This record gives sequence, C-alpha cells and structure tokens, in this order.
Amino acid sequence: MESLYAITTGILTACGLFLTLRGRSFPVVVGLTLLSYAVNLFLFSMGGLTTNGAVIVDGPGDYADPLPQALVLTAIVIGFAMTAFAVILAMRARGDMGNDHVDGRQTDEPREERR
Amino acid sequence: MTLLWIVLLPLLGVLVPVLTERRGRRFCSLTTALLPALALLLTLSQVPDLAAGETLRFAVEWIPALGLDLAFRLDGLSVLFNILILGIGLLILLYAHYYLSPEEPFGRFHAYLILFMTSMVGIVMADNLLLLWLFWEMTSLSSFLLIGFWSHQSDARKGARMALTVTGAGGLALLAGLLLLGDMVGSFDMNVVLSSADVILADPRYPMMLGLVLLGAFTKSAQFPFQFWLPHAMAAPTPVSAYLHSATMVKAGIFLMARLHPAIAGSELWSVVVTLVGMATMLYGAWFALLKTDLKGILAFSTVSHLGLITALLGIGSPMAILAALFHILNHATFKGALFMSAGIIDHETGTRDISKLGGLRRAMPVTALLMTLAAASMAGVPLLNGFLSKEMFFTETVDASLLGGLGWLLPLLATLGGVLSVAYSLRMVHAVFFKPAKTAPPKFPHEPPWLMRAPVVLLVILCVVVGLLPAAMATGLLDLATQAVLGESLDFHLAIWHGFNLPLAMSAIALAAGIMLYGIHPSIRRFVRQFGITDARQIFEGSIQRLVVRSQALTTRMENGSLQRYMSLLLSAALLLATLGLFDLPHLAGSRAEGELDGMLIVGAALLIFGAVGTVVTHRYRLISLLMLSVVGLLVSLTFARFSAPDLALTQLSVEVVTMILLMLALFFLPQKTPRESSAHRTIRDIALASSLGMVVASLNYAVLTRETESISSFFLANSVPGGGGHNVVNVILVDFRGFDTLGEITVLAIAGLAIFKLLNRLRLFMPHSDGEGRVWSPDRYPMILTSISQWLLPLALLVSVFIFLRGHNQPGGGFIAGLVTAVALILVYMARGVEWTQSRLDFPYQPVAIGGVAVATLTGLGSWLFGRPFLTSAFGHFKLPLVGEFELATAMLFDLGVYLAVVGATLMILANLGKVTTPHRPSKDTQTATSKEKR
Repeated sequence: MESLYAITTGILTACGLFLTLRGRSFPVVVGLTLLSYAVNLFLFSMGGLTTNGAVIVDGPGDYADPLPQALVLTAIVIGFAMTAFAVILAMRARGDMGNDHVDGRQTDEPREERR
Repeated sequence: MTLLWIVLLPLLGVLVPVLTERRGRRFCSLTTALLPALALLLTLSQVPDLAAGETLRFAVEWIPALGLDLAFRLDGLSVLFNILILGIGLLILLYAHYYLSPEEPFGRFHAYLILFMTSMVGIVMADNLLLLWLFWEMTSLSSFLLIGFWSHQSDARKGARMALTVTGAGGLALLAGLLLLGDMVGSFDMNVVLSSADVILADPRYPMMLGLVLLGAFTKSAQFPFQFWLPHAMAAPTPVSAYLHSATMVKAGIFLMARLHPAIAGSELWSVVVTLVGMATMLYGAWFALLKTDLKGILAFSTVSHLGLITALLGIGSPMAILAALFHILNHATFKGALFMSAGIIDHETGTRDISKLGGLRRAMPVTALLMTLAAASMAGVPLLNGFLSKEMFFTETVDASLLGGLGWLLPLLATLGGVLSVAYSLRMVHAVFFKPAKTAPPKFPHEPPWLMRAPVVLLVILCVVVGLLPAAMATGLLDLATQAVLGESLDFHLAIWHGFNLPLAMSAIALAAGIMLYGIHPSIRRFVRQFGITDARQIFEGSIQRLVVRSQALTTRMENGSLQRYMSLLLSAALLLATLGLFDLPHLAGSRAEGELDGMLIVGAALLIFGAVGTVVTHRYRLISLLMLSVVGLLVSLTFARFSAPDLALTQLSVEVVTMILLMLALFFLPQKTPRESSAHRTIRDIALASSLGMVVASLNYAVLTRETESISSFFLANSVPGGGGHNVVNVILVDFRGFDTLGEITVLAIAGLAIFKLLNRLRLFMPHSDGEGRVWSPDRYPMILTSISQWLLPLALLVSVFIFLRGHNQPGGGFIAGLVTAVALILVYMARGVEWTQSRLDFPYQPVAIGGVAVATLTGLGSWLFGRPFLTSAFGHFKLPLVGEFELATAMLFDLGVYLAVVGATLMILANLGKVTTPHRPSKDTQTATSKEKR
C-alpha cells in the first residue's frame, strides 16, 4: 500500500514538473496545480496512512494524525489562491504582451480582434 | 559624559554646514568650526585628569547581545590623536575656506570633512573593538566622498573607488580579525583585550588573527603592497589630501597597531612582519617620491615612506621605539600638513603642480618659499627641526634592535638608505619649485596667497621649528601621556637635540651628504629608470576590476538569460542534487514498518490517478482535454483523502476542485486553445529526464518516510481537543484554536490574493474570441434553460448545506473553509446560469469588503481574548441548553470560524465573479460610468 502511494506521488510530481518546464503559461499553470496535488498528498502522508481512523475524537482509539491534515487543508485553499493568481497573471501577460509565452517578451504575433 | 560629548559634538557638527550654507560662505565656515573647536577644548580640559594617571572611560550598553557597547575612553594616545585630528582639522577648515572656488558646494564639502573628523575621533576614542570597527568603516566611506568630491573628474572617481575598494576590503579583514580577537578574549571591551596578552599569544588562532588585523591596518595606512591607492587618492582637493593623507586617515592603521600593541605585539611574528613591511614601504615610497614630477605625487609617496618608517618602529616595539613612533606621528603631521597646504597654494596660484613646469617661484612667493623650505628640511631630517629628532631616534632604534639575528645590520643600513632618499627628494622638490629657473611660464601669474590661507602653514611650520629647538619643553608632556597609554607604564625619557658623537649621528650625516649627492645625479637615474617602462598601479587595478566585471557579467548572462524555463530547470536541478545527496545518507530506503494490505479499490484508484496525471501531460497541447484530465486527478486525490481517514480534506479538495475547474475554464476562454509545438526533441528529452528523476526522488523519500515509525506531536492535540478546545473534530479544532494564528495568516493571504487578482483584472484588455479553436462559433444560448431552473432550486439547498457544514464543523467533518467554498460554488452557479447582470441586480454588494471583513472578524475574535487578560486567540466555550433544540455548544472558536468562512467566500467570489465579468460587457473598473464610456469609444 505504502509503495503504491509513494509511486503515485512520484508520478504526479514528475508530471507536474514536466509541465512547469513548458514554455507556455497555461501548461505551466496546469503543471503547478498537478504539483500542488502531489505536494499535498506527500505532506498528508507524513502522518502515516490510516484506514478508518477519522479524527472525530470520542474516547481513546486508533486515530489518524490530525496535524498534517490541518496543514494540508489550508494548503489546498492557499493552493487555489495561488493557481488563480498565476492564471490571471498569465491572462494579463497575454493581454499586455500579445502572446502567452512564459518569458514575457513582446512579440508581433498577429493580433486577434480586440474589444 | 564629557567623553561622549567629544564625539557627539563633531557628529552634530556635520549638520551645521548643511544648515548654514545658505547664509554665506564666511558664516558657514565659522559656524562649522565652532563644534569641533569645542570638542578640542573639551579634550584639552581632560588632560589634567589624565596627567594624574587616570584613564577616562564612558560606557552605555548599545547592543549587548553582540557585545557592542557605546564605550569611549580617553588616554594619552587618544589625546595625542584627538589634538592632531581636531587641531589640524580646524586649520584645514580655514585653509579650505580659501582654497575652494566660490561656485563649489562648500557646505557639502564641510559636512563631509566634519563627518570624517567625527569618525576619526570615534576610532581613537573607541573603547570597544566593534565600535572601533564601526568608526573605521565610517572613515572609509567619508574619505570616499571626500576623494571623489570633484566627481566630474574621472581621476577623482577612479581614485575614490580604488581607495574605497582597498580600504573597504581591509576593513572586512579587520572585522574578521577583531571578531577572532574578541572570541579569544571573551569580550570586545578594550580594557579586557589590552590586559589579556597572555591568552591571545597562547591561542592557536593568533597568527590568523594577527594577519587579518594587520591586513586592515596595512591597507588603511598604505603599507606595501597596498600602498598603490594613496597616490591616486591625490585626485582629491588639496585640503582633503592634507588632512586625510598626511595627518589623519592614513594614520588610523598606525593608531590601530599602537592601540593594540600591548595585546598583540608580543611575538616574533609581529616584530618580523611589521618591521620588514614598514622598511619595505619606507624604501619603496622614498624611491618613487624621487621619480615623480607631480608635487602632490611626491608628497604622497613621501607619506607612504614615512608611514613605513612609523610602522617599522612599531614593529621593533621597544619602549623607546614606541616613543619614537608616536613622536614621528606628531612631527610628520606637522611638516607634511604644511607641505601639502603649500603645494595646494602653489597649485592654486600657478595653476599647475608639475615641477617640470614650475621654477623660480622664490621671487614671486618669498614667504611660501621660506615656509615650504623649512617644512621640507624637517622632512629631510635637517638638524634643529622636529623631523631630525624623530628620525635620529629611528636610527638609534634600528641600531639597537635585536631583530633578524645575524642579518641585524640590515636594519640600520636600510634606514640610512631611506634617509638618503628622503633628503634627495625633499631637496629636489624645493629646488625645482623655488630656486631652479623656470623653463616655461606657469599658466597663471603667481603671487602670495591671502595671509589667512597661509596662516595654517605658518602655524605648522612654527611648530616644526619650536619643537625642533625645544623638544623637551614642547613635546615631553604629551608624549609621556601617549607612551604611558601604549606601554602601560611611565617611560623615563629625555628629548634632546644633542646626544654626543654616536652612530645615529653619523647615519644622519651620511644621509644628508649622500642625499645631496644623489640629488646631483638624479637626472641620470631618472633616465636610467625610464628604460624600464612604468607599470601604473592604477592600470593594473582598473584592469583587474574590469576583468572581474566582465566575468561576472558573463556569468550573470549565462545564469540569467531572461528565460523562465532556464531558471526553472536550474532550480529543479539544484533541488534534485540536494535531495539526492540526502537520500545517499540513508542506509536503507525501506524502514522497519510493515506495509499495509493492498486491495482492489486502491489499485484501481492509483491506476486512475496515474492515468489522469499522465493523460494531462500527454494531451497538454490540447488544453481543454488536458484540463479534463486534470479534473480526474483532482477528484481522485479527494477520494484518496477520504480513503485514508481525512474527511475534512476530502470535502475541501472536492469543493476546491470545482472552483479551480471553473477558474481554469474561464481563463482558457481568453487563452489560446492549443499549445504550439515548440520544444526541440532534445529539450523534451531533457525535461522528461529531469522531471522523472525528481519524481523518483520524491517517491523514494515518500516511501522512506511511510515505512518508518514517526514521532508525532499529535497526541497532544488528540488528548486536548475536547477538554481544551471543546470540539470533537480535531482537525477543525487545530485550525481554529490550537493553530489559529496560522489560519489567520492563511486567510489573510487568501484575501490579499483576491485583492491582487481584482487589481490585475482591472482594465485588462483581452482578446475576446467569438469562436473556439476549431472555428466553431459559441452557442448563442448563453443561459440554458435547464441550468437556470436547476440552479434556482439548488441555491437555497446549497446555502442550507453550507450552514449545516459550518455549524457542525467543530465536532463533525466540516467547518469554515468547506462551508465557505460550498457557498461560493452555489453563488457561482447562479452567475453561470443567469449571467452577471441578473445576478448583480439581486446580489448588489462588492465582495472585497466581505473578504476583508472576514479577516477582521477573525482578528477581532483573537483580540477579544485580550479583554479577558488572556493571550491572543485564546478560545472559550460553554454548553447551553435550549428547549426543543437540546444541549448545544458555543465556542469563540465558532466566531473565528465565521471569519474564515467570510474570508473564503469573499476571496473566492472576488476571484471568480470578477473573472467572469470580464467575459461580459460588465468589466470590473473603478466605476461603471467610466466602463461604459470606454465601451462607447
């Protein structure tokens, strides 16, 4: 179980990183999202993988580690804010530069109709 | 307190010229002189106390954690230097008043000069090693400003830069040395340091410390091989050269050696290194002084030479040598100050400083000629002038020194050689300027300067003569105090002109006779030397600086070529390297913990997850498909959380997944639908290799952690959640209670991100495609009927659900984050189904205040606990009973969670609703009026 989990995290990381190395902004944003999934899974697993141990405390019992869960919960929300910021920055860059390349250089790409 | 004022008065004096500059030049100069003069008087007023054998000290704690105190001391050495710094400084102010032309910014000049004066006073009075270093750096900086004062001249700029580079680098070495010294002794307090010579000399780090401290002193005092900056600093206005490069700054290194002499000088290493460096510097300087034709150049090299002489004396280090060194510091300051100012007068009057163009000036400027001749004679060591006395003491010490063993005869020989050279260059300078007939007429017709401009020179030359004639009466008191400060005990000495016929007298006689002869043959020497070609120190220095700049630029452009992809791959390679190194340290990858059972669900889930992730990558050029693949991954991640006992995470992930998809879809509307194929095969292979190696590293790390037993602090949270936080859902209690401060930070970040996005979207001009990538026109049915009807039913239901999730959050999966996201999704659905216009007419409020209000509610809840005298964010809870509802619980954490809820709703809607508005004519802008007027245009 643990090895499968680790392999999945690894593959998610690799896929996310490959996309962040691309040259256009949208794949980079998608890659960042993928990477944040991987990071969240990784952090979450720091408390160990527990089955049927949701931390709704009611007397002593075999509970999952609540601390990584709390950390990951906020990380998910912040991750959304970051993705949103990145993608809107990408839109802005396209609006100002005329292309969606990550290097942000102005090009003379034929402009589409503007409003 | 008086001690503090001696430093503080000049410091305040820095402001005076700046404030009085507009009131006229005379007023400005006079008021500027006031505070330093007061400081000088204060110094002198302390002398009686000192004579009684006290060392005056003053200390206030400044940064005790670093051992840095605002501590000053006044002993004989400080008094000697204070008199030099403040006394000559005042003379220089008077001189500069006449020297600078009226259009120059004299207020600024005076301010720099006084700033420099303050830092020198600070060095000589500092009673703490770190404080001393602080003032040391201040002298480097203020002298940079002074040397580069004529910043329109390239020479001045380069000279200033060179001086700063050399002395600044020396300053860093000195800092390291002083830190080492303080570490050996255990204190930065000067008294402690000076009295722990045994500890210091026995420490194995002594040679390194000595090297670093001497590096600082040698660079500052222009000792060989760092002497090259001083002649180039002569690009400064002459008052600066006279002040910094004869009397004060270059003596700072010598002062440091004298100050630390009791602590660090007691080794053979010190004697040999310092003496030899001093001797080498003395000869080097004297030799080049003979060859230079620029008046200030000659003086600069002669200064280098005399500094070497003093350094050599400090290296020899016997009590009489120390006395001779201090005496020569005093004498050199008087005659060299007079010479520099005379050189400035000649430059000022004739328009040139080149002695090959000057000549016969004794007729035009008889008084200046007399003064300069006397000063130069003192420099050459002619009897009955003060230079003779200290130079003869130097000769005596070289004869008596027990250094270098069998080669001990070398020191007197070299000293005599130095004496010969200094006679020759002094004679040459005076003869060429005043007595030799001029070959060409000088650029300006020379005449005597105003008497007040000459007054400082007159005063200094009178001192030269009087001290030379009556040394015992004039200098004994001050020197007694100063030697006492360095040696720690009173030295019995008698200054006299005549010591009988002895070896030093013979050396002086030889120096005079041979010097005159050397001057006679010096034209042929100059011709001989000219064959070698001159390597200018500045060319070497500038060349190496330029090479450094070129190389670092090349490196920068290699590293930073403006390509984000390049940075990313560099960053990832570095991460890969570091993480791999970490993995190498593990003995085995797998730990001791047994693996859990695999079941079919897990395998299918993992397979789907991997499929989604790989699919996202493979289809990444077709952006919409890639996005759909990404959503598969998101959903499965949410299921993973559910599977591994994290219902809160599963709920959060699910709702975030929904808003993320809406966000990316909206964004994709404005971005190209396809990614062009750009990467070369080579690049693609490289990226795959990099990404997959990092993936493997992450997988290995993850596996390594998962198979090991981990110590967790979570038992505390599990145990205290119900009794301490009043909630059964530990994750929620951690978020709103135990780690509430973190959560407050995170919702603040969320709100800030929302605001930043709002601002980015403001007046965004974008392509508005009317068709998709394949050219299919968008459906004209913007608000499909089914969606509209369903959303209408869904909204109240969803809101009800979110209230439910919010309320139960403390005890069951749920809470402010999830409830906020659910509410946001419900509202967004209405936007999508009905359009901005319809929704806005019904939900007529901006979201920014909601988000900010949420953060405010959370903060105020935290602050509320202060009212009850508890720390920030302390929670309280109680159980209440209501009829019908039964027992329920209220906690302040609930209020905090409400803040979280509002912040999440506000920020999410701020992002999505505003982005959505971009797709319609209702774009976000400052107000709708300007937006519509833009539409018309």
